Amino acid sequence: MSARNRELFALIPATLLVMAGFGAVFIQQRDVVADASLTYGIVFLGLCLAAHLVIRVRLPDADPYLFPIVAVLASIGLVVIYRVDDELAREQAQWFVVGLGMFTATLIALRDYRSLERYRYLIAAGSLLLLLLPRLPGIGAQANGAYLGIDAGPLTFQPAEFAKIGIIVFLASYLRDTRQLLVARSFAGIPLPKLKHLGPLLVVWGLAMMMLVVIRDLGSSLMFFGGFLAMLYVATNRVAFPVAGFGLFALGAWFFANTVGHVQSRIDAWRDPFDRVLYDSDGGSFQIAQSLFAQADGGVWGRGFGEGLLQVGGLPFLPAAQTDLIYAVIVNEAGLVGACGVLLVYLLLVQRGMRIAVLARDGFSKLLAAGLTTVVALQVFVIVGGVTKVIPLTGVTLPFVSYGGSSIVANFVIVALLLLVSDRARREARP
Amino acid sequence: MNGPIIRVFSVVLLLFGVLMYFTTRWTVIERDGLRDNPLNKRALLEEQRVHRGAIIAADGSTLARSTRRRDATYSRRYPQDGRFAQTVGYAFLSPGNAGLERQYNGELLGRDAGLDRALRRLQGREERGSDLRTSLDPVAQQVAIDALNGRAGAVVALDPRSGRVKVAASLLDYDPNVLRERKGQEQLNSAKGSPLLNRTTAGLYPPGSTMKVVTAIAALDSGRFTPGSVIDGSSGIDISGVPLSNAGGTDYGRIDLTTALTRSVNTVWAQVGEQVGKRTMERYMKRLGFYEKAEVDLPAAERLTSGTYCRKDGDLQLVPATDDCVDIGRAAIGQDVLLATPLQMAMVAATVANGGRLMRPVIATRAIDAEGRTTLENQPEEMSTVMKPSAARDLTAMMTRVVQEGSGTAAALLGIEVAGKTGTAERDVSRNITQPWFIAFAPADSPRIAIAVTIERTIGGFGGTDAAPIAKAVMESLLR
Repeated sequence: MSARNRELFALIPATLLVMAGFGAVFIQQRDVVADASLTYGIVFLGLCLAAHLVIRVRLPDADPYLFPIVAVLASIGLVVIYRVDDELAREQAQWFVVGLGMFTATLIALRDYRSLERYRYLIAAGSLLLLLLPRLPGIGAQANGAYLGIDAGPLTFQPAEFAKIGIIVFLASYLRDTRQLLVARSFAGIPLPKLKHLGPLLVVWGLAMMMLVVIRDLGSSLMFFGGFLAMLYVATNRVAFPVAGFGLFALGAWFFANTVGHVQSRIDAWRDPFDRVLYDSDGGSFQIAQSLFAQADGGVWGRGFGEGLLQVGGLPFLPAAQTDLIYAVIVNEAGLVGACGVLLVYLLLVQRGMRIAVLARDGFSKLLAAGLTTVVALQVFVIVGGVTKVIPLTGVTLPFVSYGGSSIVANFVIVALLLLVSDRARREARP
Repeated sequence: MNGPIIRVFSVVLLLFGVLMYFTTRWTVIERDGLRDNPLNKRALLEEQRVHRGAIIAADGSTLARSTRRRDATYSRRYPQDGRFAQTVGYAFLSPGNAGLERQYNGELLGRDAGLDRALRRLQGREERGSDLRTSLDPVAQQVAIDALNGRAGAVVALDPRSGRVKVAASLLDYDPNVLRERKGQEQLNSAKGSPLLNRTTAGLYPPGSTMKVVTAIAALDSGRFTPGSVIDGSSGIDISGVPLSNAGGTDYGRIDLTTALTRSVNTVWAQVGEQVGKRTMERYMKRLGFYEKAEVDLPAAERLTSGTYCRKDGDLQLVPATDDCVDIGRAAIGQDVLLATPLQMAMVAATVANGGRLMRPVIATRAIDAEGRTTLENQPEEMSTVMKPSAARDLTAMMTRVVQEGSGTAAALLGIEVAGKTGTAERDVSRNITQPWFIAFAPADSPRIAIAVTIERTIGGFGGTDAAPIAKAVMESLLR
């Protein structure tokens, strides 16, 4: 079977998931299996088929599983968001369509993604600007103490979601050029690159620190910097870089945790979520404590779709259930089993991404694929880790699942880029 | 570059392993701890999603029901406002549950249904608890509340043949509907006169001369005395070494027990108590329910224990009647160290009324689930055999005299013979503050109702003048 036919068939389970999921929520909410669940499934399938046809024409050799995996995640997201709030689900469905549009646009417009290398400094500058936008007076918007969104009239979006793509493109290009230089000199196995070559990397570290202070979000900062370290490691094959980088990051994070109030309170809430004072204080540990209660309530098998307890008497019980805490909703309703299933789907996604990186022929493609994949994986880790109290809870989205237009559109662009890399790699690998 | 890529993937695998471990930790390993965490209100919130059963009075009127809110949760309404405030109690997310709502929480939520409930869930049908039927009589209850007329006090009326509680009025009261809002909760918590307290089961008072009925039960049933036994009723007789005077200092001379009860002669009954002895007194008190928490289907926290109390180490403690600190002569006339709940005194009246057999007091008769099946039934049950039927008959005759020609004439009903006993406990002699009591049952020949009435504080009031008319009004309503 050709790669494209495999992709086509793999879309079927995603469609069934949409139908079954909506069906379950409908039964719970209205006591009837409405035809609507069938309709939603068919519309979903139609949209995916359209995207599939674009891939079939434009990228006949691309990885066949990546897109169906994304479709599965998106369908999980739609169902869970619908369960939280049907109005939000309608909006999310619209964003899903916009995302697919950006996805196909990327596939069509970027005939050769390697041309991106030519604009790397422009892209880097643009990304930096995007990151700073939320702090600009007039359009910046603060949520839970973090500056992640901008608010321009009817449009609100999270520029960091797009900035992360630009920064990875830049790093992939930059590291491809300087990787030899970074390891040219070494002492006792530890690379000692010239300051000239190290400079831009220190700039990236500074950027991550700046994000902590300016954007005040430990999670996105960790995600960006982790992605950067992974790319640095892939480029140089020297463990010393990520080790040193991580040390620097920890040092900076420790410093800011003790000086920046917002970061500090998040860490306190993480350490002791059941502290009465923290629990009651504004922006305290209520959210993480409720997240843990919801998970305990779900148990191994969960309570069933639509059965979980999200609010009582209009008071939200799981604040930001459709975004930050969507994983807690999944654990609550689908249980440990369902949640691990979702994590496994993400692992499949990461595995496909890494495989694309391995198969890619040139350095830029490898670094780009590995970088994009790592950032998606880290984003999952940061938000799921936050919800499960592995690390302090921060406000990043669960890719493709959380409610959020910027997130779903940006992540679709990432998948488009991965498919572009994949198509080229597999075409070149073909005898 | 492939080696590092695979190693980066390994790190991702490791990180996801951590995520799975932590998810397992909260859903399995530390699950119970999280569920029991005091901050975790999920179980309580969960209950708000169940269509809680109604609480229904004997006449079929609704005392508590649930209304559906827009978010598919339910909230409790009390259509009769404060009429059964402390008895029915309340069920709100905050401040929680009380009264029958608490006692029968499981039934009202349908937790007793087990498999059936699981089936309902599976079929996606609304979870609905059982309705709770009670023997409470809203009309008579209102009569009792009106008669108390805003004064702190209690009225308990029950059917002596079954123990079914008809009236359980406790003033001051409150409207449970206000507890839905935090503001109402705060106001009630700081309200004067303890409106939240259920005085019928948790009001502990000196019962005054109504206690003489208990002493008479012990005296007659033990065979030591008969209604015709003659005792010196002079005022100022030494009881436990201290002279005891009769009300108004009246000397009655040598009189029989029937007369002594009719006139409520303190010195006679104190001597009877002494002669019967601590041990026998205690035995009969225990049979009547003293020394155990007031026996009724309400939460243990809302019930107190009647009995002999002494001040030890600074606080009042329940002690056996045989304790050295107990002046049994004065306890026998409801003074000194004896404290009782209004429910307990109603049980005393009910025992005599029912030929010496005390039936266990119950408020709820049964619970009926959404399909109409009875999920709980409180059949009338004998709590103890206190005295011989013959002794009960004798005592009934004596108590009938009290209402016919003694201190309790104000309780007499037209055409129905009433048996009763007055009581006036002194709360503050210097300020002339008294606590009037009246216990009774009617009709005397085949009793259908037993009652206890008390008013916490009156200025110079008596059982016969202040409490007896209330008992009369309530009995009239119940016997109509």
